[in-house]
Amino acid sequence: MNLGAKHFHHEDREEIPRKTNPCSTRGLKARNSRTSYAALKGPLFHKSVRAIALLAVFLVTLAPLYGQVTFDRLVNSSKEPQNWLMYSGDYSGKRYSSLDQINTSNAKTVVAKWVYQTGATGKFETTPLVADGILYATAPDNRAFALDARSGRPIWMYQRQVPSDIRPCCGRVNRGMAILGDKVFFGTLDAHVIALDAKTGAVRWDVEAADYRTGHSFTVAPVAVKNLIIIGVSGGEYGIRGFIDAYDAETGQHKWRFYTVPGPGEPGHETWEGDSWRVGGAPAWNTGTYDPATNQIFWPTGNPAPSNRGEGRSGDNLYSNSLLALNADTGKLNWYFQFTKHDEHDWDATQVPILIEKDGKKLIAQADRNGYFYVIDRTNGKLISATPYGKTTWSDSKDAEGRPVANKQASPTLEGHTVCPGALGTTNYMPPTFDPQTGLFYVTARDQCDVFSTAPQPYEAGHAFYGSAYFPSEEAKPYLGFLKAIDPTTGEIKQKFQHTSPTWSGVLSTAGGLVFSGDAEGNFIAFDAASLKPLWHFQMGGAVYAGPMAFSVGGQEYVAIAAGSAIYAFGLP
Amino acid sequence: MSRAWWLACIVCASLLSVAQDQNPLAHDPNAAKAGEYEFRINCALCHGLGARGGGRGPDLTRAQKKHTHNDAEMFQVISNGIPGTAMPANGTNGQGVGMTDTEIWQIITYIRSQEVKAAASSSGDAAHGKELFFGDGNCSMCHMVNGKGRRLGPDLSGVGGSRTREALIDSIRNPSRRLAWGLTEATKEFPQEYETVTAVTADGEEIKGIAMNEDNFTVQMMDQGEHIHLLEKDKLKSFHKSRESMMPKYDADVLSDKEVDDIVAFLAGLGAK
Repeated sequence: MNLGAKHFHHEDREEIPRKTNPCSTRGLKARNSRTSYAALKGPLFHKSVRAIALLAVFLVTLAPLYGQVTFDRLVNSSKEPQNWLMYSGDYSGKRYSSLDQINTSNAKTVVAKWVYQTGATGKFETTPLVADGILYATAPDNRAFALDARSGRPIWMYQRQVPSDIRPCCGRVNRGMAILGDKVFFGTLDAHVIALDAKTGAVRWDVEAADYRTGHSFTVAPVAVKNLIIIGVSGGEYGIRGFIDAYDAETGQHKWRFYTVPGPGEPGHETWEGDSWRVGGAPAWNTGTYDPATNQIFWPTGNPAPSNRGEGRSGDNLYSNSLLALNADTGKLNWYFQFTKHDEHDWDATQVPILIEKDGKKLIAQADRNGYFYVIDRTNGKLISATPYGKTTWSDSKDAEGRPVANKQASPTLEGHTVCPGALGTTNYMPPTFDPQTGLFYVTARDQCDVFSTAPQPYEAGHAFYGSAYFPSEEAKPYLGFLKAIDPTTGEIKQKFQHTSPTWSGVLSTAGGLVFSGDAEGNFIAFDAASLKPLWHFQMGGAVYAGPMAFSVGGQEYVAIAAGSAIYAFGLP
Repeated sequence: MSRAWWLACIVCASLLSVAQDQNPLAHDPNAAKAGEYEFRINCALCHGLGARGGGRGPDLTRAQKKHTHNDAEMFQVISNGIPGTAMPANGTNGQGVGMTDTEIWQIITYIRSQEVKAAASSSGDAAHGKELFFGDGNCSMCHMVNGKGRRLGPDLSGVGGSRTREALIDSIRNPSRRLAWGLTEATKEFPQEYETVTAVTADGEEIKGIAMNEDNFTVQMMDQGEHIHLLEKDKLKSFHKSRESMMPKYDADVLSDKEVDDIVAFLAGLGAK
């Protein structure tokens, strides 16, 4: 669960006024005119009318293809740094942009270029996508929209009515979309997967994946792989049985489901006591990564349910708090790695698992909510190293594989006692970045301890199922927030910046030698990637709960982030 | 609409109001136990484990409560919240659909089972406490009560309703232990804990006061003369923030136990209706 520092609630059922004609082809026209201009600059321009007519035919034929985001483009997204085609920027999850127009020498001159107000309230967690000059994003309460990425002007808007009795544990949030072909895809709070026409926002298909009344919801940005849309469910606080689903991008047809809690007869089922697997949780609410070379997706899972009480579900509780390597075509499990066995602290492992290469080795780096930074061999799921990157008290030893083992004092008690990190974790869902230029992994970190106490609770369908209560520890104040730069080779913290208070912002690195992140007080900050010294900041007037991204239009680099209830885009004057 | 239908409506409505007037689970020990767990999950974050106040929410073990006089009113308060305070309506904390009526009654049964009947806090002399507060105790040099006093410390007009007697004594004896956690959250979007700030400006002037708000680049603070300073951190010679309260530690040689009791009685009396 991604319980924020503050809970938000809002039921906004106002009609969204359409600010643009829904039939507008503005985006298409802009792109076509750009295409024509590029082509017309060639010698054909001076040829006969017939040649121009031929060209027109050619362009008309080409038009439907241009703007289509093919799987090939997604695999090779690094070749088009002007676009940001998925949640973490590329399949490896690095959240790195090779744009360098904004860099360490001019960062102090950066200005706000536009602001788009969504009218939504609550935590704004989305990472926008940009494809060919159009920005696509989601917002709280099942909103989705497309903007002119250069001006911030809306092209279309969509909102699916939110039922009044939805059950999102931690706010009516959404973290983003996937794009493939001529459609964008997102999940809703009432557990639907929806494909919208990328040009108009019209619903192309709409599938109910699960019943929201039993606590299922979607908050995650899906991933598009080949012809599939892959998405993981939320609801670990409601005793759901977690799953990762794949849908045919063209039709919405359900292609496969991987249950993150194995059923009877399946390997791992024996790690659950009695019938506890039926309500075992293990949601999959943060976006995974993908390795095209092996056609594997790497998807992290969340807490077992009830989230803070282990009694009644003795065992490791697979595959809660794990990283799953699945065959993208079939959803078949290749390997798993469990970060926290038999979790009693709500330490979802739902952090973006970043694919990195080091000395020819194919690795995954994940800064886990339990306070350890893990490096895993991604060919087999074997642990390479686990190093604390924040304040932890729950483990004093490691097992034979090098995995931290919980100590006797870690379990919550009836009276309650203090464990670090607290339930919010050393980090949470906020996406980290890996900067290939510095070779460092940058992550938002929090030092906070909580008092965990148990509170036995029967399962009731659709009701919160925590089995405990936890409270920020007054003794452990103040809670500290950091941006930390970790060397994945050693686990060593190379640099850190201490915020005024813990933040929920993700991190972006760029080829300009910069790292961007936000703070809880509403600042967006450009740091020198080497020193983590702030070079520039802008007060956006609303706390940051999202990850930044970068794109370029018309030769101008932009860095964008959601904050408060708006999306902000920044660039050089 | 038929007459019979109207009659049925009236009967239903009166049945409903009867149902809400009385706790169907009153004095049921099993309900109290279930209510204890519900309380931990839903209420204890603010009201503390054991319902004895958690800094943000009042001590509920006191028999006399500020906003409710009986079970029916308590049901309403839990269901609908209290406007102008941090008490939210059931189901509005963003976590699902909230508690069922039965669960609310269980919680009420639990709270009743925890109430201390003897009024332990009435040992002090509130009138003398008031004199001390505005006089020799120097409390009003920094704190305001009902519009009287000063502004450097938190306004204490409502503190009697939101803190236990023990917590109030502790705040006087050890002001740095908890600072002002939770006192301002009902009215502000951001927490204000009255941390001590010492800033030295470029021309060497030292400003000492409490932080009203702060981010990575700026601080908004009030000095001992109640002047508000709006400072950019990178323009300062030095900036230091501390959780050592500006409030002096009132040891037994400054205020006797009896005098502290009197002040607490004064403050607690403000909190009760």
